[in-house]
Parts: sequence; C-alpha cells; structure tokens
Amino acid sequence: MSVSLLITGGRVIDPANAIDRVCDLWIEDGRIAGVGSFDGIADATIDATGQIVCPGLIDMHVHLREPGQEWKEDIESGSRAAVAGGVTTMCCMPNTGPHIDHAGIARQIIERSNQVGLCNVLPIGAVTKNLDGKELTEMRELTRAGCVAFSDDGMPIWHAGVMRKALEYSSSFDFMIIQHAEEQQLTAGGCINEGWISTQLGVTGMPVEGEDSMIARDIMLARRTGARYHVAHISSQGGVELVRAARAEGLNVTTEAAPHHFALTEEEVLGFNVDAKMSPPLRTEADRLAIIEGLRDGTIEVIATDHAPHHEDDKRCGLSCAAFGIIGLETMLPVSLDLVRNDILSMADLIAKMTSNPARLLRLDAGTLNIGTAADITIFDAESKWKVDRETMVSKGKNTPWHGKEMTGQVIHTIKAGCIVFSKGQV
Amino acid sequence: MRPIHHLFGIADLDHEQIEYLVNLGHSFIDINRRSLKKAPTLRGKTVINLFFENSTRTRTSFELAGKRLSADVINISASTSATKKGESLIDTGMTLAAMQPHVLVIRHSVSGTCQLLADYLGDTSIVNAGDGAHEHPTQILTDLLTLKQTWDSMEGKVITLVGDITHSRVARSHLLAAKIMGYKLRVVAPKTLLPAEIERYGCEVYNDFDAALPGSDAVYMLRMQTERMTDNCSIPSIREYHEAYGLNRKRLNLAGSDTLVLHPGPMNRGVEIASDVADSVNSHILSQVEHGVAVRMAVLAALCGGDDHDE
Repeated sequence: MSVSLLITGGRVIDPANAIDRVCDLWIEDGRIAGVGSFDGIADATIDATGQIVCPGLIDMHVHLREPGQEWKEDIESGSRAAVAGGVTTMCCMPNTGPHIDHAGIARQIIERSNQVGLCNVLPIGAVTKNLDGKELTEMRELTRAGCVAFSDDGMPIWHAGVMRKALEYSSSFDFMIIQHAEEQQLTAGGCINEGWISTQLGVTGMPVEGEDSMIARDIMLARRTGARYHVAHISSQGGVELVRAARAEGLNVTTEAAPHHFALTEEEVLGFNVDAKMSPPLRTEADRLAIIEGLRDGTIEVIATDHAPHHEDDKRCGLSCAAFGIIGLETMLPVSLDLVRNDILSMADLIAKMTSNPARLLRLDAGTLNIGTAADITIFDAESKWKVDRETMVSKGKNTPWHGKEMTGQVIHTIKAGCIVFSKGQV
Repeated sequence: MRPIHHLFGIADLDHEQIEYLVNLGHSFIDINRRSLKKAPTLRGKTVINLFFENSTRTRTSFELAGKRLSADVINISASTSATKKGESLIDTGMTLAAMQPHVLVIRHSVSGTCQLLADYLGDTSIVNAGDGAHEHPTQILTDLLTLKQTWDSMEGKVITLVGDITHSRVARSHLLAAKIMGYKLRVVAPKTLLPAEIERYGCEVYNDFDAALPGSDAVYMLRMQTERMTDNCSIPSIREYHEAYGLNRKRLNLAGSDTLVLHPGPMNRGVEIASDVADSVNSHILSQVEHGVAVRMAVLAALCGGDDHDE
C-alpha cells in the first residue's frame, strides 16, 4: 500500500471512535485512510513518538474582525494563529463590519478563508439584522451560504419577545441559537466582575446576576419552544447550575466555557490589568470551580476561546475604557491541558470538548478520525514547555493575560486535509 | 523610611510614610499663615498640574503648595471629552514628561490613570489628585493633619463616613488609611450607594444614619453628586436623601458635643449637610482646606527632595 502521509508512533486519540492507543495513522488524498498498524510505503512520514495525535481542534467561538477591523485581526492572521494553536476549524462571530447578517458576507468570509487555505472558517450568522435585537435575519438563506449557527455575540438578544421569536423560528428549521447572556440593564457601565475587586479598584462592576438572569429567562423560552439553545462563554456558578438543571430536564440546552474562565479569576485584574478584561468578566474562585465541575460532569460540553483580538490602542487606556476581550487561539490547548494534569478530565474527554463535541452540536463532519473524512489532525506534545511572549504571538492581537507565563503543552504539527499547515518553529 | 517616588494612593503607603507626610505637613502650616508665604525648598523644581476633571479646591491647593515652596507650577485643564481615548491621554502625559518636570499632579475621571501613565513617563513623579472612584490620597493626608490638631492619635478613633460611598475615592482611600493608622470607619448610605462587599475593608456598614452616630468621634460627610443620583435611581429625591442622610444639629447631638464635622468639599448645603452644622464650632471643614495646602507642600517636598545629587 502507498499513502501520502504516515503519522507513526503517536498516541492516537479519537474520542468519537473511542480510540486511545499508540498506533499509526495514515492519510491518502487528504483523507484519513487508516488507523492501526501501517504496512506499506508512505510519501512522507511524521514520527509522533511521545506525542498525541488527535482530530484537528475545533474552536466554535472566535472573532476574526474581517471584514471591518482588519487592523485587529484578519482571516489570514487569525487562521495562522488558529493552526499555531492546533485549531483546524473555527466558527467566527458575526460582529464584523458589515455584520454577518446577510448571505453575501458569509460567502465572502468562506471564500477568503479558502484562499488562505489554512483553517476551515465557518461563519456564525447574526440572529438579528445589524445585531440590533429587533428584526430576525434570513436564517435559511444564511445557512445555505454556510452559516452553522446564529448569534448576536458581543450583544445579547436582550428583548425577551425577540428572543422567543428567534428560538421559535430557528427551531422550526433546527438551527442553533448561541446567546451572549448578559442583562445589560444590570451590567451597564461595568468593566469587570462586580465584587470586592471592583470595589477596591473603584470601577463599575458587572454583577453575576446579569448573566444568570438572562440564562434563566432563555431556558424558560427554550422549554416553551424546544429550541437548540447554546450559552456562549459561560462564566458563573449560577449559570452552570441553570444549564445543568435544564439538561437534566431534557431540554436542548448546551454551553461552552473559555479557558480563561476556568483558569483565571477576577484577581487577575488587580493593578488595572486591561489584558484581563473581557465580557463576561473573570469571576470568583467559586465560579471558576463551578465551571471546572461543569466540565467534569459534562454540563459544559465544549471548550471555546472567545478569541477577541484588539489593537494596542484599544487596550492601552484605563480599565474602564479598554476594549473587552483577549486572544485565545494559541493558548487554548496548553491552558486546557491543566484539566487533565489536575485529574478533572481524561485526555480523551478533554479532546472531545475541542473536537467531537462541538462538531456534534454544530452538525459538522469534522472532529473525528473517521476513515474517509478530511484529514484534519493535530499533533501535540502534552509535556513540552514554552513561555508566552506577546511579541511573538501569531495573532495580530497581543492582548493575552498569559504574557510571560509558562505553558505546558505545545502543538507540534497541524494538518488540514492532509497538508501540514503548521509545524512548531515554522509558520 | 522607604522613599516615595510616586503617590498613587494610600494603598502604596505604610504607617511610617503616612506619619512622615502628615508631620511634614504640620511643619508647613506656619508658612501658610505668615505674611511672607514662601520657602525655598523646591526652588528650581517644576510641577505640572494636569487636571482632566473640574476642580477648584484641589488644583488651587496644589498650585499654592508648589508656589509657596518656590517651585515653578504650570496648570493644565484638559477637557475629559477630548482625552477620553487612552492614546491621547498617554500622549498628553508623554508630551508633558518630555518637558522634564519633576512632578506631574494628575486628576482624571478614570480609575487607575496614574498607574497607566507611570509606565510611559520615565522618571517623572506622579501624584494622584483623584482618579475616578479609586483613590484620593492627598485628601486623606489632609484629613489626618486636620484631625491631628485636635487629637493626639488616630488610634481607636471612630469616623463615620456618610454618603455616596460607591462613587467616592475619598471613601476608598480612608478605608485603606483606617487599617494602616488604626482608626475605625463606619460607612453610612442606602444600599444603592454602597459598593459590593464594602465590609471587606473591615468597616462597619450602616443604612441607618442615626444608629451610626452614637460613639462617633467625627462625622465625615461626602458630597452628594446630585446630578447623577436621581437619574440612575440611586436616590428618589434630594428631599428624601436629606431627610435620611443629611447632617443637621439634631443628628449631630446623637454623636456628641465634641464630635468633629468634616467634608472634603464642595458642600451642598441643605443636601448632605445643614448650614447650622457646617458653620458650627464642630465643623473643621475650612480647617481641612487650609491643611490641604500644607499637606500638599509636604507631598511635593517628599517627592522632589532627596534627589539633589544631580544639581
């Protein structure tokens, strides 16, 4: 047998097929041709001894800023950052300029990402036109153009009546609604979690009830409508408990957590650290532990970054003026690996939250090592150490709270459709 | 004593440094009362007052403090709207720092402005003249100097702080100073004007003003920012606020005849404080204003002094 690429000696983990063993994986014509013991000739071979070979990671929540804010990030730089972080498929949020609220923009983004050719980019369509929370977008048309779910992310769908209609309409066609859950009447003017830290810094806080109350409202509407409702970047203990109860009830309610919300707390903001400002904000240790428990017990099925690159000029001002958001694509894997090192998740369960689980929620033919599927593969060393340096981040955004911190776990190769699109040390 | 290069807030000071600044301020009181109000301490030094928020009292106080110590003082009032963006704030700071002043005195509506600018301004010392709702250290030093005129020590004294605690930088700096200097603070406000977890400063929290008054050695009234309070539902009306939280003679009697009355100014007579109290013998409000100049002289002298090796 002759194949184009052979990956040998690695620990192959494919959660969808319950594979976790040291074996070979081979690729032919950009597709996965086999997993097991290879006996034949390969055009190229990667020795992955001591490394983990898994489906290419999926990040279902990123902001690529193109079109409209290309000085912060663009599809090319975002794609480079993605593959440097082991991500081969990412879903980009619609708060671009213009917004992804009509099919042309969705098609343009997909076309541009295909030209770049590094990472699959799947747009999330807007729920409401102009993200203003008033009129629904043409969700069927947007889906035909390639959108895989709908969200007004950055803004909540705040109006309860509009949300009800959005859930009713989307569920008529089995589309998913992703909510940035924030009751802005409660969070107005806030820049970090409300509590002891915001009091000491003398800045307006965002109370946790802003998130919890909107999740609670939405779950009631999801119950009535039967819709597929997904809570973006869950950050609070109350939110996790609400989602857990909704799932126990059998509702189509799912959620995702961002690495910063299970790795960091609001303490990070002390000293007016603008690179620890995002929405929803870093919260308390109790919230952090609740998210970890949600990841452990399966309430939280997905890890997604909310990668939000900003230009230095948007961040280098006072905490209350600085833009919300941090970059995350390049640190998602090593930060998340702490969950395995701390015995919260098995390696396979962790990988599932970044591969097969988001693929299942979004109905993507990705996130597995199924024979015949596109060979999107990530190879990483779970033990390798490196230091985060904002100057060498691949993303145009340098806004990371992990600058100067040591990471354990490093992507060695990222393969998309059988082509090596990233190798450690080369971009 | 640890040298003081910047004065961002009370949070950066220890007991010894606070004592030092207050005592140094005490020694400057006389200069302000003389007919020739000038000492050569800061001759050749440049102080720039950079105020992004309106201020009469604090800016004048810093200006006189610098001038009476023979520093060259420049005042700049920048409109907040034009400098709300961080880059222009940093640019403004860097531009002024390039002119080699010794001290930049900054007031800004954004909490953390001094810390933000410090990274960009090289060796220039920064004095925080009030940043957002974060800190206002020279006001607290002023208050401590004022109280020193009456009290031998702050240890164990009870100060009752009343008003909009949420938006008050004076309150936060006092809460920090109380811990360092060993006095007790009671904070009094409706819950709409109290920030989250305020009790973690170690203060007593009251919603009922009358209940907080007995045993108070001083009552410290904060200015009611009336313009925004009714808009955001923090209080229903000035009338009701005054009824619940205004300091009048009857209330002051609940505390005691020796109880001191303080206010950082500017006062709203008939809102947080009644005239019969503001103008009474208990009131040390004008004394605070006087001591403010002396304490700011001390701060400027402490920051500029001791680096004469390059002259």
